[in-house]
Amino acid sequence: MRSNLNFFSDERFRSIFFQTLVVGLFALGIFFIVQTTAYNLEKRNIATGWRFLSDPAGFDISFSPFLEFKSTDTHLKVYFVGVLNTLLVSITGCIAATILGFLVGIIRLSSNWLLSRISYIYVEFTRNVPLLLQIILWYSILIQLPRVKQSLQILDVFYISNRGLYSPRPIFESGFTYIFIAIILALISSFFIRRWAKKRQDLTGDQYPVFYTSFGLIFIIPIILFFILGSPMSFEYPEMKGFNFKGGLVIRPEFIAMFLALSIYTAAFISETVRAGILSVTKGQREASAALGLKQSWIMRLIIIPQALRVIVPPLTSQYLNLTKNSSLGIAVGYADLVHGFGGISLNQTGQAIECMVIVMATYLTISLTISFFMNIYNRSIQFKEK
Amino acid sequence: MNEKIESRKPPVATTGIIGWLRINLFFNWTNSLITIFVIYCLYQFVPWILDWTVFSADFKYNYLGQQITNQEMCSRNLDPKNGGACWAVIYVRFYQFIYGFYPREEVWRVNISYVMLAIALLPLLITKLPYRKIFLNFTYIFPIIAYFLLNGGFGLPDISTNKWGGLLVTLVLGCTGIALAFPIGVLLALGRRSNLPVISMMCVLFIEFIRGVPLITLLFFGMVMLPLFLPEGIDMDGLVRVLVAVTLFQSAYMAEVIRGGLQAIPTGQYEAARSLGMSYWRMNFQIILPQAIRISIPPIVNTSIGLFKDTTLVIIVGLLDLLGIGRGTLADTNWLGLSYEIYFFVSLVFFIFTFGMSRYSLYLEKKLKTGINMGAD
Repeated sequence: MRSNLNFFSDERFRSIFFQTLVVGLFALGIFFIVQTTAYNLEKRNIATGWRFLSDPAGFDISFSPFLEFKSTDTHLKVYFVGVLNTLLVSITGCIAATILGFLVGIIRLSSNWLLSRISYIYVEFTRNVPLLLQIILWYSILIQLPRVKQSLQILDVFYISNRGLYSPRPIFESGFTYIFIAIILALISSFFIRRWAKKRQDLTGDQYPVFYTSFGLIFIIPIILFFILGSPMSFEYPEMKGFNFKGGLVIRPEFIAMFLALSIYTAAFISETVRAGILSVTKGQREASAALGLKQSWIMRLIIIPQALRVIVPPLTSQYLNLTKNSSLGIAVGYADLVHGFGGISLNQTGQAIECMVIVMATYLTISLTISFFMNIYNRSIQFKEK
Repeated sequence: MNEKIESRKPPVATTGIIGWLRINLFFNWTNSLITIFVIYCLYQFVPWILDWTVFSADFKYNYLGQQITNQEMCSRNLDPKNGGACWAVIYVRFYQFIYGFYPREEVWRVNISYVMLAIALLPLLITKLPYRKIFLNFTYIFPIIAYFLLNGGFGLPDISTNKWGGLLVTLVLGCTGIALAFPIGVLLALGRRSNLPVISMMCVLFIEFIRGVPLITLLFFGMVMLPLFLPEGIDMDGLVRVLVAVTLFQSAYMAEVIRGGLQAIPTGQYEAARSLGMSYWRMNFQIILPQAIRISIPPIVNTSIGLFKDTTLVIIVGLLDLLGIGRGTLADTNWLGLSYEIYFFVSLVFFIFTFGMSRYSLYLEKKLKTGINMGAD
């Protein structure tokens, strides 16, 4: 009976046949693309390979807070400056967006009608307007600030002008290493103290003042050490020289615009996930904890938020990923991130579009996967553990 | 003894306007302080913004009664005390904001396309529309009509896409991106859940790759790499290259949303379809997908909102969408320094579209919740 059937009616054969067909077509397509691309590149006299990475870039980058950059540096260094700038705006943006988002999300649920309306308006207005438009808008506000000569002063040490925010730059002297080590040790020990205190509370019910101990370890001891060692830190103040400030720490308007726009935009989305998370905790939890006599602030901190976090963290992860990917819009205001510096200027100078784009895309993929990885670990640690 | 007692009215302080105010604004003293502070801030801010946007703003004429043709004639530039926003720039450049540089004598073609788009969207948005079937048929052929109408052909003169701009480009990118990404997204979602390991792996790789990189890198890919991949002689239009990138991007997100819908369908549906002897495609297209897509419409609308906002990114690769026209206007010496007016207007247009879409998605979600809960129990 079976032999009468067509080969094609056999599911196993059909599955193998289709998969081979797809792989074959795919390989054929790749082969075709590689062939035409090689031909096109040769015809247009575009070099291939990675040699361009060690060629001098020939352009300046105005904002490079971590690495000193000169126009004689290589394209590879442009890449590193770009990655650092992307990471800088993404990390600071994620932190600010989380804080603002939690705040707005909690305010949105406030019993005060006016407050909750205002945060509703904020959320609807920011998330329904394109991010790129917001970045450009912030930038255009910042560059309309007074010129350097008439810059606004705060406390005589901060200067705000259309060239950015100038602040004193801390200079660490040799003795500061000890203070730094003290802070690191304090952080590690307060982590262990917290674990020990939790275990003790679980066993005996006694509470230990973890917050005050950690505060003392992290802040008070290093400050005392600071004075004992004779204040091994000084500040370099920005000074007006000619048409511009010299010295000090400069935060460029491009960075400020990116930071503000990214964090305000993403905070609107985060606040919605926070709101959904808090609403997902049933009313009974709040009433039960109130019946046990817990303070209002304790109810939020010990009962509601830990349960809400389980709902909040997965969408929060995707918001962090979005923010990181959106930081690529810095190109619109000239923020020298990965896309603008390496994928934009370096690409135009060398013409090696394929190599540059492959590197840029691979870097973003790596960053995205790293964020997902760590957020998944965190997510697993806060999920409800059933016994 | 069995005298009936009239039910008493609730205390005055808990009902009506006073009750509402007490509960919502002045519940306790911290709440009252916050309310007073917020009202004070609003009192400082709202009159100022209303004055700037409406009461002392110029719409077509300045305070001297002259029709405004450049920024020097705006009231606030003539006399800083005497003016707010200068909306005349929108009035003068309105044509460009809506049509770009489309020739004026051919603009009826764009207008007809806009009207047809509205008609084509009707049966998709309103499920109880009378004669919905006929309208749906129109929706299917609308893209073809619109293509020839806008681009030229059948005796109509060709209008090259570099003359398109403003809202036209925004809508073309948004609508085409969503419409093309939807079928690709469905196939990718099916592929990702397929039993064939090679196919599901390829779909996973494609989806995760696209979702892991920013849209701007895909636009660069479309602009600088795509021409290198194509054989000589095939010259792709700039708008088409961007559309390829946007469609690839959107289809990956669409696939994930539809996969969510597919996962919500209970296995019983698959088994029942199989036991009726349906083939894989017939089962998916007649049994599974209609249910899966119905429940994933709200998230589909949400990703579409995202795409609609993301179309602004095309200005980075040199296309003039709504925002691009706005920036172009700002670069014109006649309209220098009117950035707030222009950005406000562009934001407002985007806000109207995206806010409308998000309300629609909320309405659908509510309707789905109250509707029959398919197979949930």
